[in-house]
Amino acid sequence: MGSVMNVEASIARITKKPKIVLIGNPLPVLKHPLRMAEELAEIDLISRGRLVTGWVRGAGSEQFFNNANPAYNRELFNEAHDFIIQAWTRPGPWRYEGKHFNYRHVNPWALPYQKPHPQMWIPGVLSPETVQWCAEHRYPYIGLGTAIGPTCDLWDFYADAAAHLGYQAGPENFGYLVPTFLAETEERAQELGRNFAFGGGQNAFSRPEHTLPPGYNSRDAIRRLARQPGGSWLGVSADKLGGSRHDDEEVTDFDEVRTKLTAGYKKSQQNLQTIIGTPKTVLPKLKTLMRVLRPGVLIVFNIQGPVGNEDRMTSMRLLAQEVMPEMREYARELDLPDSFTRTPGSVAFRSGSKRDPVVDRSPLSQLGLA
Amino acid sequence: MANWTEEKISVAGTELAMIKGGSGKPLLIFHDELGYTGWMTWNMELAETRQLLMPLQPGFGKTPRLDWVRTYRDLAGFYSRVVRELHLDPVDVIGFSAGGYIAAEMAAADPRIFSRMILVAPMGIKPAEGEIMDIFPMTMRTHLRATVADPLHTPEFTKIYGGEMTPAQFEAFEEARSESARIGWEPYMHNPSLPHLLEGLSLPTLLMWGSRDRVVPRGCIDAYRRAIKGAQVQVIEGAGHRPEIENSAEFAKGVTNFLKG
Repeated sequence: MGSVMNVEASIARITKKPKIVLIGNPLPVLKHPLRMAEELAEIDLISRGRLVTGWVRGAGSEQFFNNANPAYNRELFNEAHDFIIQAWTRPGPWRYEGKHFNYRHVNPWALPYQKPHPQMWIPGVLSPETVQWCAEHRYPYIGLGTAIGPTCDLWDFYADAAAHLGYQAGPENFGYLVPTFLAETEERAQELGRNFAFGGGQNAFSRPEHTLPPGYNSRDAIRRLARQPGGSWLGVSADKLGGSRHDDEEVTDFDEVRTKLTAGYKKSQQNLQTIIGTPKTVLPKLKTLMRVLRPGVLIVFNIQGPVGNEDRMTSMRLLAQEVMPEMREYARELDLPDSFTRTPGSVAFRSGSKRDPVVDRSPLSQLGLA
Repeated sequence: MANWTEEKISVAGTELAMIKGGSGKPLLIFHDELGYTGWMTWNMELAETRQLLMPLQPGFGKTPRLDWVRTYRDLAGFYSRVVRELHLDPVDVIGFSAGGYIAAEMAAADPRIFSRMILVAPMGIKPAEGEIMDIFPMTMRTHLRATVADPLHTPEFTKIYGGEMTPAQFEAFEEARSESARIGWEPYMHNPSLPHLLEGLSLPTLLMWGSRDRVVPRGCIDAYRRAIKGAQVQVIEGAGHRPEIENSAEFAKGVTNFLKG
């Protein structure tokens, strides 16, 4: 829910057992990280230690909507993170004078129930800088519906960095989120599943000009973008610029957009980036993801487009009753401990030896995804 | 034809990249928020009688970024140090758009640093009416086109941006945008205390503005005029935010006449 945490606070009160996983707080847009530390601590207290927290840089558009300077995005992320950890763990009062935040007296009213503090999982869409940062902090990294091949590459990147830092990464260091929807029949599931593409789907989180605010990307990322071929200043060649009659019009062909969206939606099912069907057809796909990516945490993401409550409840029921039991069994078979069972970063790596694999790419060529 | 050079000067604690061209009495020029666009017709015309000194702003690719510079006022302080260390003061100055903001901050801190000041479509003061266009949440195409009134009939605009963009140009453009955002994000491209510090300024000042400017509204010119009593205003009819390339003849004439005193 972005930075609106009332929902999690109420879940903390009305539930007894489930973990409350709140991993989408965008740190760089915060003006007041001490308040964030206290609010999360309160949720952890009310739930008696069931909070899992985590941070994001925030999408490009969120920098604009929160008036957060994108050129300081990474700095703000790091400083707010380090400050919140201190606020949770260092007995107050103490003075904090940082680059972006200043507090004369840090002495939080509420501290987390879990000691030293709740677990942190970091979701992302495969920025190498973030993956490296997670490996350094021994935080689980959660791939948000990312393409399976590049996800394997980044898991390996994490595991190599971990080995370099002296620990063996395992399933406890990784999580994966996949858009998933189930129905009683394949036809119904496919009909409703199309709503994953509603409003442009995942790639239409915001207008293109809001996705890359100035300074939001690292210099390396800009360099990678700059090397992509076919760039022109104004989107047209010099000749066309001279001859163009429709100077300021940017024409959108919505039929073309629709065709592309439909093709993208179909492709995302073939690629296992969206999983739709009945328990019988969904289960083998989810199992493939588990086998390849070996995540300690698997998150299913419901449709953001228009689907009625009854169909959503059916999807959740089918998942809980007919899919999850077998997935739990399969996770045991594959030996996929989560970060509660095994502390991330707790398995030492012996230098000179070869690190254990963290992914299994063998099913990929058979699926045409290698 | 090109009688200009790009040099690195060790000054004010950094290696400042500077475009130098022409000969005569020095004329300091601050480029806009998108960076130096190359030696154009207006440069050639002014360089006939003056030595143009155009520092390339720190963080825009050529001069290293200065981490301690966090606002336009900090940047103005840096440039004031440059002027003092190079013994240029008092010097004539032209500032374009955000470059006008820099010059105005320098004048506010120490008016004796300049002899005459020309601000072309300057940002820096919240406009009396209208808004400074938010240049950050838009595509490169939309932004660039908004900077001139008539892209199709502005030959030098096509010369700068008409062709394919090299990776180096893309990087330079992004670096300029990033640095402008870093120091100008909030309050957006203005400083509420600047008009108060400009009040009572006796520096001869010319405010230039294109009548079809979509980036900096007329309200900015009015606000500057309110702050700097006696400032002259020259409106270039039909031009947008870049009168120097949209109507370089009238621009150069206006500059030359004003600097003659």
